[in-house]
Amino acid sequence: MSTYRVSGKGRVNRGETVRFTFDGTSYEGYRGDTIASALLAHGVHLMGRSFKYHRPRGPVAAGTEEPNALVGTSRGKGRFEPNTRATAQELRRGLTVESQNKWPNLKFDVGGINDRMYMLFSAGFYYKTFMWPRSFWDRVYEPIIRAAAGLGRPPEDLDPDRYASRYLHTDLLVVGAGPAGIAAALAAARAGAEVTLMDEHAEMGGSLLSDPDVTIEGAPAWEWLATQLAELDRLGVRRMTRTTAIGYYHQNMVGLCEKLTDHLDDVPADAPRERMWRVRANRVVLAQGALEKPLVFDGNDRPGVMLAGAAQTYLNRYGVKVGDRAVIVTSHDSAYYAAFDLADAGTRIAAIVDTRDTPRDDLAQEAKRRGIDLLAGHTVTGTSGRLRVKSVRVARVSGGKVTDGRAVACDCLLMCGGWTPSLHLFSHTKGTLKFDDALQAFLPDYSAEDCHIAGAGRGLWGYEATLSDGNAAGVAAAVALGHEAQESRIEVQGDRPGTGVTHKELPTDGQPGRARAFVDFQNDVTAKDIRLAVREGMRSIEHVKRYTTNGMATDQGKMSNINGLMIASDAVGKAPPQVGLTTFRPPYTPTTFGTFAGYHRGGHFEVTRKTPIDAWAESHGAAFEPVSLWRRAWYFPKAGEDMDAAVARECAATRNSVGIFDASTLGKIEVQGPDAVEFMNRMYTNPWTKLGIGRARYGLLLGEDGFIRDDGVIGRLAQDLFHVTTTTGGAARVLTMMEDYLQTEWPDLDVWLTSTTEQWATIALNGPNARRVLEPLVEGQDMSAEAFPHMSVAECRVAGFPARLFRISFTGELGFEINVPARHGLALWEALMKSGAQYDICPYGTETMHVLRAEKGFIIVGQDTDGTVTPGDANLSWAVGKKKPDFVGMRSLARPDLVAPGRKQLVGLMTGDGKVKLEEGAQIVADPNQPKPMKMLGHVTSSYYSAALGRHFAMALIEGGHEMEGREVYVPMPDGNHAAKITTTAFYDPEGERLKV
Amino acid sequence: MLLIHCPYCDETLPELEFAYAGEAHIERPKDPSALSDEEWRDFLFIRTNPKGTHYERWRHVHGCARYFNAARDTVSDKFLTTYRAGEARPDLDRKEAAE
Repeated sequence: MSTYRVSGKGRVNRGETVRFTFDGTSYEGYRGDTIASALLAHGVHLMGRSFKYHRPRGPVAAGTEEPNALVGTSRGKGRFEPNTRATAQELRRGLTVESQNKWPNLKFDVGGINDRMYMLFSAGFYYKTFMWPRSFWDRVYEPIIRAAAGLGRPPEDLDPDRYASRYLHTDLLVVGAGPAGIAAALAAARAGAEVTLMDEHAEMGGSLLSDPDVTIEGAPAWEWLATQLAELDRLGVRRMTRTTAIGYYHQNMVGLCEKLTDHLDDVPADAPRERMWRVRANRVVLAQGALEKPLVFDGNDRPGVMLAGAAQTYLNRYGVKVGDRAVIVTSHDSAYYAAFDLADAGTRIAAIVDTRDTPRDDLAQEAKRRGIDLLAGHTVTGTSGRLRVKSVRVARVSGGKVTDGRAVACDCLLMCGGWTPSLHLFSHTKGTLKFDDALQAFLPDYSAEDCHIAGAGRGLWGYEATLSDGNAAGVAAAVALGHEAQESRIEVQGDRPGTGVTHKELPTDGQPGRARAFVDFQNDVTAKDIRLAVREGMRSIEHVKRYTTNGMATDQGKMSNINGLMIASDAVGKAPPQVGLTTFRPPYTPTTFGTFAGYHRGGHFEVTRKTPIDAWAESHGAAFEPVSLWRRAWYFPKAGEDMDAAVARECAATRNSVGIFDASTLGKIEVQGPDAVEFMNRMYTNPWTKLGIGRARYGLLLGEDGFIRDDGVIGRLAQDLFHVTTTTGGAARVLTMMEDYLQTEWPDLDVWLTSTTEQWATIALNGPNARRVLEPLVEGQDMSAEAFPHMSVAECRVAGFPARLFRISFTGELGFEINVPARHGLALWEALMKSGAQYDICPYGTETMHVLRAEKGFIIVGQDTDGTVTPGDANLSWAVGKKKPDFVGMRSLARPDLVAPGRKQLVGLMTGDGKVKLEEGAQIVADPNQPKPMKMLGHVTSSYYSAALGRHFAMALIEGGHEMEGREVYVPMPDGNHAAKITTTAFYDPEGERLKV
Repeated sequence: MLLIHCPYCDETLPELEFAYAGEAHIERPKDPSALSDEEWRDFLFIRTNPKGTHYERWRHVHGCARYFNAARDTVSDKFLTTYRAGEARPDLDRKEAAE
């Protein structure tokens, strides 16, 4: 089939071909391939266009750190994913792959014009290039930049997949199943520890999968690997593949994302796509290995230029050679082994360019034996080729001078700039890193968690070193867990040890200002950009990062951070540790929102609280609105009615006859005990001592800062028992606040607090006919005005149910609130509807409730107050006990700012003809013709149409509003300025005559 | 996610069961009216915000619902100890020496 597949190499299953499409063309790969390895097997390197310059790009890596080969993948409607890493996504039958950031197509892309204009897009171009003329920003620059920018395209449909979530407790979690991780897991499991071993790849083995020729404990690497994995299974080690440790949180909690179905041809019905594991481990071994660094030189991003280690992986793990004629450029010994493996597989190695002057002797011998031209003390100064590298220009470096440049033809250029220990997870723990001068790398220093780091992750290189280190870490973890264990050396023949040096950008004989030497491939950041950022005043690496966007793409600088730092520290003139390393943050790799959400989506995203009467409202066509977590009936439209019409009808029916309202969501707290009255005196502004049994009072609750927190009617049922109601949204907050004072400030008070919100269903009856509807159903309470006056409460029976009956009014009409045990709520509602039929009883919702209360000037806490409103501001000074020695917030009412003039105070607002509905939230000014920015006096808090008044009306918080009654102010709205007169908030029946029935 | 020891339940449980409740050992004055504006301001708003050991209140809100006190290192986020509301600030040096 494909020309670049090497027989006898790789771990893919040659017996099973898998077809997929890339940009509409059908390709064939093998089971076990990634998208990248399958395309490379067909000689396809060009897989995408870059973010900013739209430069042609191919894969540079062979794992999840890949910055270039990002593709869109799809499994059908709703299952499109942008920015899938072609180097990590396994082939599956029917996989649809599309390249990104190109138009009209990948090989000819109009956006590539950006590349010619690269001078315009240098570091910080956002802040300087498109500034003038000012008016061009909105109309020209921003639309064009927005259209051209971005990685991939977002999915358009709702994600139909399921995502799962689980907890796991384990003695030892080993992150990374390369040689060090396997050795650690084995050592700990042999000692008796309960171990979980996980790896982000489809199979375990890490670098061993790319190095089959080393011999470990006498066995070839892959045979040794199979033996160890079998023993791990025998020892009961939980092994998880396709699982990425995305974050390391406090006290050894590690978040894992397990991919469950993206690699499957056919997904079982209802199988979750991914699963989030929250693992709590007693000990953690981090064996994440190291990531290979690119070298920075002009044209290092051309398709065909890739990491030497990646080429080695494509060859040994996937059986794919990345080209026929390769040049190697390296500053580390490891690339020699890649060169040797490729040479042995039939790729012609045109040259090994070593930036170091003296290569290791044995490596030089091996190169010579294979007839490879070894150019020590050389550099690479550029590449050629449009959609694939054609040649590389190499030159000698001596005494700081670059000379004798010449082109070497090739179809792939394999680079290695050394290896960066992968310490992302370690850094999540707030563990500190220390710069190692010899390795020119950051290594783990202080650890805040019970964790061990093993292998290449702490700078070791070569299999014997990393395997033995893994063994030591496993032993240390087992001992810490109370097991007995001994360290042992794991012997390796044919090992591949190595060292290297770290560079800034490579020296060149060209013009550095014209070099397109990429540091961050994904964000198109060049060495020149970083130097420019330093020249323009950025000194901290965090500033350089933000100014250039280096390391800010979805790969989070896995390959670019250290190169960027080396260049920045050279430009600043300080050692790398003084310039610093940017902060690593979770997640380690891009993770779907679905995985984080897990089961918490749709109806499970948050609970919907429903009252016992909710089903009745639904079956009677109610429109609903959310109020905190509750779903409340908003209004009950009849056929052909819109909301305004329904609300006007409900308001009129309630004021003229009787309305019925489901108030079950009101918060309810039972305050009981010998000291209940003292507690109430201290909590609420009002005096409670003299409130008689069977009487109720409006209660106002402040914060200690003197601002209104909550309100509600409170009834006294016995000497030691108060039935407290709170706002719907405030119930939990109020109980928390009460508990806090009771437990910590006044533990001497003998009081119990019980939330009873959901124990009672509450139905409000309001209107002149309310008593006539209710009275026939009441047993055990004289309902006459004399026996049961306004602000009364009684325990009795209503419709045969035990009830707490209040005579109170939030509408200004004769009103009752009937509380019955929640399970009887619906039956009571139906009984009242039946009893009220002869009065055309009208069910109403929260909107009518709001209008009716506003007509009376009653506040809604949180709508007419905003956490900076005092009782005086809200016309509620009457509710503050003047003779009380203390209550929560009392001292604050005398604070200088709370008694100063100019406070925003609650007033009424009436527009001239009453036809305009002022917008809630609209600002208020004294003079609409003043220059901008205008002085704003306050804002509209409530605004409705009043059926009773036959006009619109509003409430507002206005600076010094109480002194401004009768004054005209202006409310600027999109349709113009509206004049409005300041009034009191008693809009309807100011004398309260309607209650006296 | 932190693990927190509830001194009432005597169990170490995940942070999800708890709610933070501000700095500890700030007692509400017995007679607020006797305080000057400055003293009252200090009680209301002024907090220590230390780098290092912070004495703070937590509530086992999804468990026993009790408020308790904790000493926590604000650098490492580690809990040094937890103790019941009303108990005196523990002497952490002596506690360490004893352990």
